[in-house]
Amino acid sequence: MEKFTTLTGVAAPMPLVNIDTDMIIPKQFLKTIQRTGLGKNLFDEMRYDDQGREIPDFVLNQPAYRKSEILVAGDNFGCGSSREHAPWALADFGIRTIISTSFADIFYNNCFKNGMLPIVLPQEQVDILMDDARKGENARISIDLESQTVTSADGQVFSFEIDPFKKHCLLNGLDDIGLTLEKVASIDAFEAQATQARPWV
Amino acid sequence: MTKTLYDKIWDAHVVHEDTDGTCLLYIDRHLVHEVTSPQAFEGLRMTGRKLRAPDKTIAVPDHNVPTTPDRENGIENEESRIQVEALDRNAREFGVHYYPVNDVRQGIVHIVGPEQGWTLPGMTVVCGDSHTATHGAFGALAHGIGTSEVEHVLATQTLIQKKSKNMKVEITGSLPPGVTAKDITLSVIGATGTAGGTGYVIEYCGQAIEELSIEGRMTVCNMAIEGGARAGLIAPDEKTFQYVQGRPHAPKGAQWDAAMAWWKTLKSDPDAHWDKVVTLKAEEIAPVVTWGTSPEDVLPITDSVPDPASFAGGKVEAARRALDYMGLTPGQKLTDIEIDTVFIGSCTNGRIEDLRAAAEILKGRKIKVKRAMVVPGSGLVRAQAEEEGLAQIFIDAGFEWRLAGCSMCLAMNPDQLSPGERCAATSNRNFEGRQGRGGRTHLMSPAMAAAAAITGRLTDIRDMMAETA
Ligand code: SF4
Repeated sequence: MEKFTTLTGVAAPMPLVNIDTDMIIPKQFLKTIQRTGLGKNLFDEMRYDDQGREIPDFVLNQPAYRKSEILVAGDNFGCGSSREHAPWALADFGIRTIISTSFADIFYNNCFKNGMLPIVLPQEQVDILMDDARKGENARISIDLESQTVTSADGQVFSFEIDPFKKHCLLNGLDDIGLTLEKVASIDAFEAQATQARPWV
Repeated sequence: MTKTLYDKIWDAHVVHEDTDGTCLLYIDRHLVHEVTSPQAFEGLRMTGRKLRAPDKTIAVPDHNVPTTPDRENGIENEESRIQVEALDRNAREFGVHYYPVNDVRQGIVHIVGPEQGWTLPGMTVVCGDSHTATHGAFGALAHGIGTSEVEHVLATQTLIQKKSKNMKVEITGSLPPGVTAKDITLSVIGATGTAGGTGYVIEYCGQAIEELSIEGRMTVCNMAIEGGARAGLIAPDEKTFQYVQGRPHAPKGAQWDAAMAWWKTLKSDPDAHWDKVVTLKAEEIAPVVTWGTSPEDVLPITDSVPDPASFAGGKVEAARRALDYMGLTPGQKLTDIEIDTVFIGSCTNGRIEDLRAAAEILKGRKIKVKRAMVVPGSGLVRAQAEEEGLAQIFIDAGFEWRLAGCSMCLAMNPDQLSPGERCAATSNRNFEGRQGRGGRTHLMSPAMAAAAAITGRLTDIRDMMAETA
């Protein structure tokens, strides 16, 4: 997995609340059997019209935001389905951090499996960063995972919380499965005991 | 120490706990479908890892499969076919339990699991699908996972998890006539919002929940995810045990007795600690429909389309956008909204009782909408409905009688709405484009959807019940 340490980049503003996984990557793109290549269909129905032409108003179609690496979004980002295609599409487009007041549980977890960092901040701080994002390339936002800080364009520093285990994996690009397989003896022991206790399972 | 039901199931499955509370949780059942698994199996192959417990892994194609009778000749859409073929290959190569497209037991993964007795009280159940919460109706800890986690479970039969908080949703009293499990679950989301359950596992309880059938309880737990919760749970009781007993993969003989001894302990202690409590009175729940593009946009059918200005914060803009998308105006009576299409099915409401409830309304009547379809949740549900004469009632009323699958719940197969087409649906998501680009979805119970099919507009089922009586 790709490491995540620091990131400074253009943030795209998406103040809409409840941006769901069907918006992020509509189901017609879930038919792939690969993880890559979904970036071009990120936010497909908001980004392109019926003829497949770009809708100029949509934020990621605007010149300033075509290379965004950060999203600043409304509450409850990523709600809906468990499709990991949502973070895959964001990552494939180049977005590695989303900042919001809240995230849907499965989406939040899925991000970490893909070297992405979702950041939860209080409303007032998200508002400040949203204003930065509206300024496009002139207002870059910086993220430092080690120190758990987000720095706004004018230098205000906000701290965020993150689970220590998730942080450790992200900083070092660690693969969960590899880590778990190191505990295979515990799994064997659990299974032996569980088979005794609940043989019908 | 007192414990909730969630605490008890959790504790029985912890393989390892780190000092920071990160746990390795053992998974008893892993359900797999064609959309979220190909990359996970591919991952195993690429790393040369083995599938740890094929016997605890169950695969069934459902999201992509056509529901028209010609599907036995193969799937026309190439990408869908490739995905279903990939599942076929993976299931056989890795030796998991498998219900292929043309097996009568095939169906929506969350209907097949309980039907076959794979889902049992006290288990941990996961699937690469958010509506895995459905299995919570049996007192199983069940939730959706992403594809990386699917791979993790395939390789290790465990999941890395932190414990959620405990939330109790109590529905006191008895439901009035015409009000169903679907109305309960939508009303709870209406009350708490789509993020109200974020960070929690919900236990639903109270008289109205106890009075529900197992299938009704599945409908309630199914939509826990729409309320933001990781999982929904209901304590198992006699109804649960009766439902489970005799199913193909349920325990038998001495094992059944041993299982029952444990299952009977699976309830929250009377003085257990809850981090959040929500109480609704069943008497105050009405038949509801959604008006917007989020499941929290829910109102009693007697109400009118709300004014976006009546909301606060970011919801004002979201509501404005929703009304624009849905083609509705503030103040419009919900019962004046005309419907083009009716969809009865999905893992929320595609079981036999749902079909019975709809058929009861449709009996001897004709539909007024342009098209209506029933998609049974599994081949076995379909067979039973045919045996009970329900299929004929649907067909006589003007419904299409389909084969089992997810179908128009997410429209990955050919069953889709066209732009602007308005649908009364028994599924669980009314997101923009969910049922087809530009399609407009109103969520409701099967009886309400049947009523809308008859009148051609959103309809208060209670009016129709008065007519029938
Ligand atoms: S019926 Fe709908 S919600 Fe249920 S599993 Fe299928 S697509 Fe998902």
